[in-house]
Amino acid sequence: MSAPAIEASELTAPHEEQKNYLNADHTVASWLLTGDHKRIAIMYLISVSFFFMIGGIFAGLIRLELISPTGVLLESETYNKIFSAHGIVMIFLFLVPSIPAVFGNFLLPIMIGARDLAFPRMNLASLYVYWLGGGLITLGLLTGGVDSGWTFYTPYSSLYSNSQVSLVIIGIFFAGFSSIMTGLNFIVTVHKMRAPGMTWFRLPLFVWSMYATSVVMLLGTPVIAITLLLVFAERTLHLGVFSPELGGDPVLFQHLFWFYSHPAVYIMILPSFGVISELMANFSRKRVFGYHFVAFSSLAIAGLGFLVWGHHMFVSSQSMYQGVVFSLVSFLVAVPSAVKVFNWTATMYKGHIRLQTPMIYAIGFIGLFTVGGLTGLFLACMGTDVHLTNTYFIVAHFHYVMVGGAMMGFLGALHFWWPKMTGHMYNDTWGKFNALLVFIGFNLTFFPQFIVGFLGMPRRYHYYYIAPEFTPYHIMSSAGASALAVGLIVPAFYLVSSLRGKRKASANPWGAHGLEWQTASPPITLNFVETPIVTDEVYDFSHMDEYEQRRGTAEMTHPGEGLQQDKNLDIVGTKEDK
Amino acid sequence: MASVAEDHGHGDMVVHVHHQFENIDQQNESYIVGMWCFLVTEIMFFGALFIMYILYRWNYQQDFYGAHLELSQPFHMFGLQEFPIWGSINTTALLISSFTMVMAVRAAQLRQKMVVLKNLGVTCVLATLFLVIKFTFEWPPKFQHHLVPGPNFHPHAEVLHGAAPRASEIFFSLYFAMTGLHAIHIIAGIGVIGALMFLWNKGATSVTEDYVPTEMIGLYWHFVDLVWIFLFPLFYLIPA
Repeated sequence: MSAPAIEASELTAPHEEQKNYLNADHTVASWLLTGDHKRIAIMYLISVSFFFMIGGIFAGLIRLELISPTGVLLESETYNKIFSAHGIVMIFLFLVPSIPAVFGNFLLPIMIGARDLAFPRMNLASLYVYWLGGGLITLGLLTGGVDSGWTFYTPYSSLYSNSQVSLVIIGIFFAGFSSIMTGLNFIVTVHKMRAPGMTWFRLPLFVWSMYATSVVMLLGTPVIAITLLLVFAERTLHLGVFSPELGGDPVLFQHLFWFYSHPAVYIMILPSFGVISELMANFSRKRVFGYHFVAFSSLAIAGLGFLVWGHHMFVSSQSMYQGVVFSLVSFLVAVPSAVKVFNWTATMYKGHIRLQTPMIYAIGFIGLFTVGGLTGLFLACMGTDVHLTNTYFIVAHFHYVMVGGAMMGFLGALHFWWPKMTGHMYNDTWGKFNALLVFIGFNLTFFPQFIVGFLGMPRRYHYYYIAPEFTPYHIMSSAGASALAVGLIVPAFYLVSSLRGKRKASANPWGAHGLEWQTASPPITLNFVETPIVTDEVYDFSHMDEYEQRRGTAEMTHPGEGLQQDKNLDIVGTKEDK
Repeated sequence: MASVAEDHGHGDMVVHVHHQFENIDQQNESYIVGMWCFLVTEIMFFGALFIMYILYRWNYQQDFYGAHLELSQPFHMFGLQEFPIWGSINTTALLISSFTMVMAVRAAQLRQKMVVLKNLGVTCVLATLFLVIKFTFEWPPKFQHHLVPGPNFHPHAEVLHGAAPRASEIFFSLYFAMTGLHAIHIIAGIGVIGALMFLWNKGATSVTEDYVPTEMIGLYWHFVDLVWIFLFPLFYLIPA
């Protein structure tokens, strides 16, 4: 590839602390008014982690309540508000912005060799709009909460709810605009800002999946925006387009809601697919098997994802013939998803696999996503769906996809790019142990829910005293949730403490391939000293010299711990290695 | 922000290129692609409302016909009984404003400052005319006849022209939602055109030396017009 982007001064004084995007300026205003995509990504990382914690607390309350068949702590009404809050916070404030706004923001311009996104000020605006939306949602939850579920089905949400639906809906409206701005920025950036030589088929697969995600954001989000706005208008102005009393059609709301909210599932999972492709290539030391297929399957998922929303409505008065079509297309969307899973597995085949923390998350992802995806087929099948709909089977299914998929991808990305983002290396042993804990805790939480759901436990119930035989499953699930909670708290400690640690990350601590590993860790404000020119193919590990190949293996993960060579050479980058 | 002085092929023309772009062409292409992406989101935004319209028009065909008659005024020329006179004037105003916007973009390409300002000015005046007609001649009679959806929706039978009250309420819900959302876009349009005129008047090189900002606002304005081109027949010209 191109010449590594290192400031000339570093070559002469490698041990002097170099200027990077973090220490370029220290004032509060330099963060709050920044146009730098990397700083915005860091602020997003802190924000989504905060809301992830809030959503996690709500999840903990749900699991606590369900330990006993007669409930433990919460009133019925409070329970309704808690699970609604869990869904709203996790989906609109964590999962949707998580990978795109944090890692997409940070990496997409660097991966394509650009200095920044096409519209830095709009990027910053998206953060403020996200904060505004998050603030309104938080305010709504603090001043009474919402009892309609995250789906806001009319007329529950419009005529019969006395809770803070209006406020929260406006919050979601703003959060939606934040993701539109992010998506628009990404599309323009990928189309127009690629470095010389960075052709479409040299793009890392993470960029492809970000592109597909952005398309979904751009096409889907406006629809939910106008739909929720009309629910708001129905509550405040009595504009009854969804209300049967006023001649409206509540199923129309469900159609419009799922027209966004099913593709929104792909907004959450497609970025993870991209992360996993990166991890598989790097930690198997191989080009991703069937690169073109993996790239186009992202676009296929984004496209087909818009044609399957009716499978959420098999039991809500949708015509059977419509149902047949939606069922068929839902089965079709499994094809590109399976292409990805097979290709990742084939990438590992005969690869030099390194079981480091990010790779453990990636392998965990494949297993969990496969379970989540295959159980989706049970639900796409109209007959079995009638039995399984609105049971814990559904809950388990989408948590396997959302938590086992999207969240594992998020954690994998966090552990893979943490050294690049912060310039510090975390403790790999803690990371590995923790990844295993997350995997076990997750399965213990959600696998029993498949069984109890199949046996007939409905979702959104907080009493099940008529079926006390469900108790062991719920206790298992709550125990697993505790383990999962520990697994999510521990990284906060070892990652944050790594910032104070002495183990500085080199420019390329994993021996990975890609433009983001050619610039310093952490990168300089404009990413590259001069625009890189791309001459080699993506994921091409063959031209790496022995030093590069061995970098990232056990003895060389952390510069300073391994060879003396690392200590002297890493800071000045790859050019000196050869 | 590092700014780069870029020769625009005209010797003395200097255009500001933002730090993330390599050159003025990349910047301009990015702006145009971004604008089209924005318009795509706008299409999806209005699209949901059009889907609702299609569903309810299909469900309540006779009622929509009856309710829409209230948007017309008595008209005794050309053998007509009723004619959507205000809607037609507004449609004409917006079509002419699109024409003046095109002329403004052309003048911006030719760097004729006064022509740009005149055309943008006419566009603004026509847009204001549209709003004045809407808010003084179109919406107030609906309020007087209790045709505004909500608890106060109890119109006399004669203003419903035989339509069922509930279905008419849906019709007027959609009418106010869609034309209201469109009016918000017109107001935003007047705002951005006003800002553009201010920049042209000041002689800011970001617009005078580079026609792309003017073209972007032109694209937005044509989109707003185009939405009205669909709204007008759907609400005012429903056949029996």
